[in-house]
Amino acid sequence: MILLSLFLTFFLIGLVSFGGGYAMIPIIQAEAVNRHGWLTNTEFTNVIAIAGMSPGPIATNSAIIIGSGEAGFWGAVVSGFGMVLPSMMIILLIGMMFYKIKQNHLVKSAFYGLRPIITGLIMYSALIFAYNNGMVSSLTWHTWSQIIILIGSLTALLYFRLHPVYVILLSGLVGIAVYA
Amino acid sequence: MERNLDLKLLLQIFLTFLRISPTSFGGGYAMIPLIEQEIVERRKWMKPKEMTDVFVIAQAAPGAIAINSAIFTGYRMAGYLGAIVATIGVLLPTFIIVIVLSFVYLQVHDNPKVAAAFISIRATIVALIIYAGYKIGKTAVVDRTTFCLIFLTIALMCLTSIHPVVVILGGGLVGIVIVYIRKKIGMYTKMSIEEQHNNYQDYFMGGGI
Repeated sequence: MILLSLFLTFFLIGLVSFGGGYAMIPIIQAEAVNRHGWLTNTEFTNVIAIAGMSPGPIATNSAIIIGSGEAGFWGAVVSGFGMVLPSMMIILLIGMMFYKIKQNHLVKSAFYGLRPIITGLIMYSALIFAYNNGMVSSLTWHTWSQIIILIGSLTALLYFRLHPVYVILLSGLVGIAVYA
Repeated sequence: MERNLDLKLLLQIFLTFLRISPTSFGGGYAMIPLIEQEIVERRKWMKPKEMTDVFVIAQAAPGAIAINSAIFTGYRMAGYLGAIVATIGVLLPTFIIVIVLSFVYLQVHDNPKVAAAFISIRATIVALIIYAGYKIGKTAVVDRTTFCLIFLTIALMCLTSIHPVVVILGGGLVGIVIVYIRKKIGMYTKMSIEEQHNNYQDYFMGGGI
């Protein structure tokens, strides 16, 4: 049965999805293209393209698109659910133990060290985003406009305390006005 | 009375993640400040320190950091039901958008302009994957052994029909064995801080996975 097959396949993929979306591409390919023949390599690349354009995680998006292509709406549902279920099970398992292990001295010290590191990493990811947007390339008009939008968004968030969703929407409108 | 309160909380959790979800363009990391603002600042459901713990767990577990954060936040707010409604909330908007986008794609993919666009996009996707690989690789390589393991994996995938799931599981096992053997023979393995770094890095690159 195709629905069961889709569910089991994406459950297996979800179970090992350490390392994020792009790391999952070869596994989805091995299962969906090579093993089950649900789609061709070209179709698979298009799926990745559409998954990348959509909000949300690329691996889960791919599962939903492949599932809907194979078995319509319910195919999409079981594929997406299969992908998320392992995460849910493992997090709930960690969550149950979390309060117990939190009392542990070693775990406490680990979190003491981890927190500043997490903060630093989030700052680092911000830098990578900036680089990808061409904000640190040569100082062209495009670069300047990007930097101005960055400062404007920061001001809206920090000074005017605007909700990030509205800042994103506003920035989108600015983008249409400036770049279109 | 208390049951009504629970339902209200569940609805609030659901609506909160429903609202955050469609803005998760650019991967899971784009959602972290949004989740933080909603949960910590606006709703005051958690303290900033608790929120950081949530993100630590979310990045350690398999799956997308955005979805994992939603699952764990929901669980800490309202138990299993909280986890379930948060997951549905965070998945529903992107689910609908993805379905609509792939439907639109199917309608227009025969259009010469769209077809031409996708020829270019396909090449871009390859570049994206190479870039993601480079980013992950940069933090993964801490010594000669890890450097060699990258090429060993490529060779294994090219030359044999071994399943990538087996490679992932084997990789974890190989790591444990190497560190254990090195400890036995009195060698130091540098891995701790870079590993945290590594996890974050690839989750970020993976578009929240």
